[in-house]
Amino acid sequence: MATTEDVKKLAALARIRVEDSELEKFTSEFDAILDYVGQLEKLELPKGEKVKPTLRNVMRVDGEPHAAGKYTEKLAEQFPARDGDALVVKQIITHD
Amino acid sequence: MTKANEMTIVEAVRALRARELTVRELWDACSAAARAKNPELNAYLEIFDADDTAINSAQKRIGDGDAPLLCGIPIAIKDNILIEGKIASAASKMLANYRATYDATVIKKLKNTGTLFIGRTNMDEFAMGSSTEHSAFGPTKNSHDISRVPGGSSGGSAVAVAAHLCIAALGSDTGGSVRQPAAYTGLVGLKPTYGAVSRSGLIAMGSSLDQIGPLTKTIEDAHVLYETIRGIDILDSTTIPDGLYGVLASPKHLRVGVPWRLLENGVDADVLTTFNTTLAHLTDTGHTLVDVELPMSSHALAAYYVIMPAEVSTNLARLDGMRYGLAERGDTLLEDYIKSRTEGFGEETRRRILLGTFVLSSGYIDAYYKKADAARAVLRREYEKAFESCDVIAFPTTPSPAFKFGQKSDPLSMYLEDIFTVTANLTGMPAISVPMGMVEREGKNLPVGIHFTAPHQSENSLFAIGEAVY
Repeated sequence: MATTEDVKKLAALARIRVEDSELEKFTSEFDAILDYVGQLEKLELPKGEKVKPTLRNVMRVDGEPHAAGKYTEKLAEQFPARDGDALVVKQIITHD
Repeated sequence: MTKANEMTIVEAVRALRARELTVRELWDACSAAARAKNPELNAYLEIFDADDTAINSAQKRIGDGDAPLLCGIPIAIKDNILIEGKIASAASKMLANYRATYDATVIKKLKNTGTLFIGRTNMDEFAMGSSTEHSAFGPTKNSHDISRVPGGSSGGSAVAVAAHLCIAALGSDTGGSVRQPAAYTGLVGLKPTYGAVSRSGLIAMGSSLDQIGPLTKTIEDAHVLYETIRGIDILDSTTIPDGLYGVLASPKHLRVGVPWRLLENGVDADVLTTFNTTLAHLTDTGHTLVDVELPMSSHALAAYYVIMPAEVSTNLARLDGMRYGLAERGDTLLEDYIKSRTEGFGEETRRRILLGTFVLSSGYIDAYYKKADAARAVLRREYEKAFESCDVIAFPTTPSPAFKFGQKSDPLSMYLEDIFTVTANLTGMPAISVPMGMVEREGKNLPVGIHFTAPHQSENSLFAIGEAVY
């Protein structure tokens, strides 16, 4: 059983706010979903050796890099706030 | 002659080469239909203006006689596939103003052939849903009955093709998002083998499950579009080379496996009757039926609803209001994140992020995520075993025809929509939905689909059996 406290905690972990007005509904829906996927807990899987996945090399050789700054302006255009080519964010560490 | 916008790809290709039609006329016919019908259907989030350069150059290539098949054909693109310079919002408030800074690999391939893009289509937010009701920009309506959903999440692409507002479309399929809307709108929908089509430039939902696939009026069209977009890509290391899974012969008469036990409950009587009639037609034309057992399928949906949200919560963590997308601001950096994500994500998206956070959290990861992953491996082995006795596996794409708006308002009943389709995403195998007939609901005829799964890289078997359905 999920409690409203559980949902609040998950929301905090996921950097999302669930409003108090939605909390009951979210929790009961959450419970129904967990109840359904909970069938996995009781599921007996056939024993036997774990099959190793077949691995293949997907790495590639470093190619010629693109010219520095080629995409800078395009990407910077999407910034919510910019200072030249830099992205402006709030100060995280203060000296207070 | 068929109206230009009502043509299939193959018909349009012929008409363009026979000089019965110009690229401009074909574009105008699709564009006019799209502009006329979109206010009612909401299939498109944006209808693009004509790109004169692209239209003229396509016409010239056709005139020169060396044009690829898709040259000059207007197709619609799901709003989670990036086209450089165009908005790609994934039908979310979070990305409502996000402009793609590059082309997805599939778009690059289509541009090389001279394909035209007519617009970006509506979908469930971040491809999460089975009805398009979760779009931040209003639902898409099913052109067969506008009181019903078109399916989802690629519902906009499906209706754009079904209502002849383009010639064909691309969607993406994580748990059935191409095949279920194809079934609900009377189209062919293909989910290729995982790794057959590059995911570079597809806004990620469940990275181990996502594939881009075509929604078309015919099998032939699906084949043309698939051949154009597929192929190994340096920008997506999960793409696979031809023949990785060995080359399987595609015999003339196919052995069709049917998991009868899974169809005993929950499928509407008239859908099952249509399914049986279709199977009878297949045996009449020389194909054979084989009983198959896929017991793990009963747990596939539960495994999917653990693995998918886990991947969703991880993929959507990058959307934080910092570098692009919606940027709400509070007093602290933490508040910036929380406000942006809470404002930007719709209810279903937030629900799945929370669910994913839960199944990955310490104390639950073994009981849920790891167990689901193990069940996924068993499911795959069951399918591989079943394919020793058959070439394709058949069942109805959905247990019922399209449902009404609001009918599945609790999340779990919506999730059950994917019950038959998710297995192909979990196993990575290719699957197709093909129209198999109509069933009547409240005086309206609604399309239903038959679904075939084939072994990895055996798309050709799907096209062959699909052609046999007609």
